[in-house]
Amino acid sequence: MRLEIITPDKKVFQGEVTEASFPGANGAFQVLKNHAPLVSALSKGIVAFTTAEGRQTLEVDGGVVEVKENNIILLAEKVIG
Amino acid sequence: MANLKEVKERITSVVSTQQITKAMKMVSAAKLRRAQDKIVQMRPYSQKLTAILNNVSAASESQADIVYAQKREIKNVLIVPVTSDKGLCGAFNTNIIKASMATINTQFAGENVTVMPIGKKAFDAYKKRDFNMITDFSDLFLDLTFDKVRAAAERAMEGYASGEFDQVIVVYNEFKNVATQIVRAEQFLPMENTATEGEQVAAANNEVDYILEPSREYIIEELVPTSLKIQFYKAVLESNASEHGARMTAMDKATENAGELLKDLRLLYNRSRQAAITNEILEIVAGAEALGGN
Repeated sequence: MRLEIITPDKKVFQGEVTEASFPGANGAFQVLKNHAPLVSALSKGIVAFTTAEGRQTLEVDGGVVEVKENNIILLAEKVIG
Repeated sequence: MANLKEVKERITSVVSTQQITKAMKMVSAAKLRRAQDKIVQMRPYSQKLTAILNNVSAASESQADIVYAQKREIKNVLIVPVTSDKGLCGAFNTNIIKASMATINTQFAGENVTVMPIGKKAFDAYKKRDFNMITDFSDLFLDLTFDKVRAAAERAMEGYASGEFDQVIVVYNEFKNVATQIVRAEQFLPMENTATEGEQVAAANNEVDYILEPSREYIIEELVPTSLKIQFYKAVLESNASEHGARMTAMDKATENAGELLKDLRLLYNRSRQAAITNEILEIVAGAEALGGN
């Protein structure tokens, strides 16, 4: 799957991931390959994803994530670390 | 004839001024490129945000229930003039001050006006006048990031939501190209439905059946403020790029003028020098003649 993490200042991450989990507004959830189309609001929390190099984590201050045809786009107002 | 030494001194001073303006032009060119990069970097975010928002908000749903879209009778107005921190950029700042004053005096003559200046020049200009001011954000350009601009946008939005202001107008320079800036007085709040008919149809056509978490209303409530902040950020970035463009043009003109001045001064210098030499020869010849007369 392709994951893109975008803030208004820059593109924080762009690349292939096998798995990603997000701090959804109603509780954390994980996205795997061939996930159904989804738009979810996020609360403040940790975004984690696994690339070929291993697992990475980022902290976001809310935002929204869209999953469509194995493309994940995360729009965050602010990313910490 | 002009004093040789005086002319020489003037030439030196003009040359050093020209060097400064030339350097400033180059610095502005570099800064302009960075400012434009910032606009380009923001674009994917704002495009994606608009796309999601269009996808999520069904065509039938009106935006009237969003607090930022509610129209009220206008009594309290917030004006946000966006200028630069520094001068030497032609009429860039003057235009903004003039346009915002014109808006206040014509559109909101009897209203209660509050000013939230962004940029030091707007702050300085409005400090002298008698307005309510929110001055927390006048130094935004020291370190221009979304985070800082967001705070300013949130302040205006909170003011609108709480009824402190009934309308928010942002006055800024839109970046058209390096030489041209367009002064815009844009209504920031209440929101106007900016999506055109065509865009809405396009959004309806490629609508995907999304799972919406936690709910459609929640997502719209989250996204609308974000998109407002992005709109505000865009205005500030445009102004930033315009500033450097304006300064570049102004400095280019100044360098050119200095060049012309130098040409005239050099001509004057050479003419004076020639005159002095002629004078000296005349004196020598006259002296020799006086001696040889015997």
